[in-house]
Amino acid sequence: MDLSTVLPAITAAFLASLVEVVEAFTIVLAVGLTQGWRPAFAGTLLGLIALALIVVILAPLLGLVPLQLLQFIIGALLILFGLRWLRKAILRASGHLALHDEERAFAKETDELRHHARSQRANYLAGVAAFNAVLLEGLEVVFIVLAVGVGHGVVAYASLGAAAAVVVVLAVGLAVRQPLSKIPENALKFIVGLMLTSFGIFWTGEGLGVEWPGADLSLVGILALFVIVSAAMVLRLRPSRRAQLKVVK
Amino acid sequence: MNARFRAVLDEIGGLFVDDGSLAAFSVVLILIVAGAVKIMNVPPLWGGLALLIGCIAILVESLLRATRTGKK
Repeated sequence: MDLSTVLPAITAAFLASLVEVVEAFTIVLAVGLTQGWRPAFAGTLLGLIALALIVVILAPLLGLVPLQLLQFIIGALLILFGLRWLRKAILRASGHLALHDEERAFAKETDELRHHARSQRANYLAGVAAFNAVLLEGLEVVFIVLAVGVGHGVVAYASLGAAAAVVVVLAVGLAVRQPLSKIPENALKFIVGLMLTSFGIFWTGEGLGVEWPGADLSLVGILALFVIVSAAMVLRLRPSRRAQLKVVK
Repeated sequence: MNARFRAVLDEIGGLFVDDGSLAAFSVVLILIVAGAVKIMNVPPLWGGLALLIGCIAILVESLLRATRTGKK
């Protein structure tokens, strides 16, 4: 297997999954610390089972689609997905959008759970919160793994990247037992947005029969171009020093 | 159950659509490039380059619009 195909897929799946698993972990941790670990684990387990069912149903269907058409569809979805992450990351990096705050998300979830704590359905609601978090964030992980892996038949390698992210988050999370707010989420989203957009353009092109100059290596060129444009946009959109001084005055 | 199913569908839609115009322009660009390559026989590499430049233009336009209008 060509490393220039496998490594970007593993890296993209690992980094993107890291972001999603951290978000799911925050909710499950809030459930566990507020309402007990039983509903937290039950919700998580059911969420994982639902995800596994989705993968079991989806995976064979993907095999029925011709490769070039699959590359085109997945590439188009990756462009939409990647541009969305990239846009948000640039707006955050340039100060136009607030950074995602895991501690605030944790506090919000904890408050909601405490609000329902005396209800007879408290355990059920806590379990549902954990289930939703695992299922919804997990859906993004499943999409990313399939999207970065299916185009070149490296889904297994991309899955390894995602699994590594789960192990890292669980190991660190269980050790510190608090929201993983130190993880530079926007920097990760920036990198993943760049990678997924580049993958998307490359595969949509391949799906249309484009023979990219340098084959897989052209991915690096596309990525470099987006890095330059994104960095330029962050600098361009940052409020100027004069504007900042005006605000202070 | 309906609300949960709806939340899952919203989440799936939200994976790809944040700024509606960004998503719409991207889809239109992809369809135009696909049509040009498959129907009008434009060389695929030209289509790929148009896709690359078009995506950059759409991203830049969306960012400038977001900062100008304050709609994030």
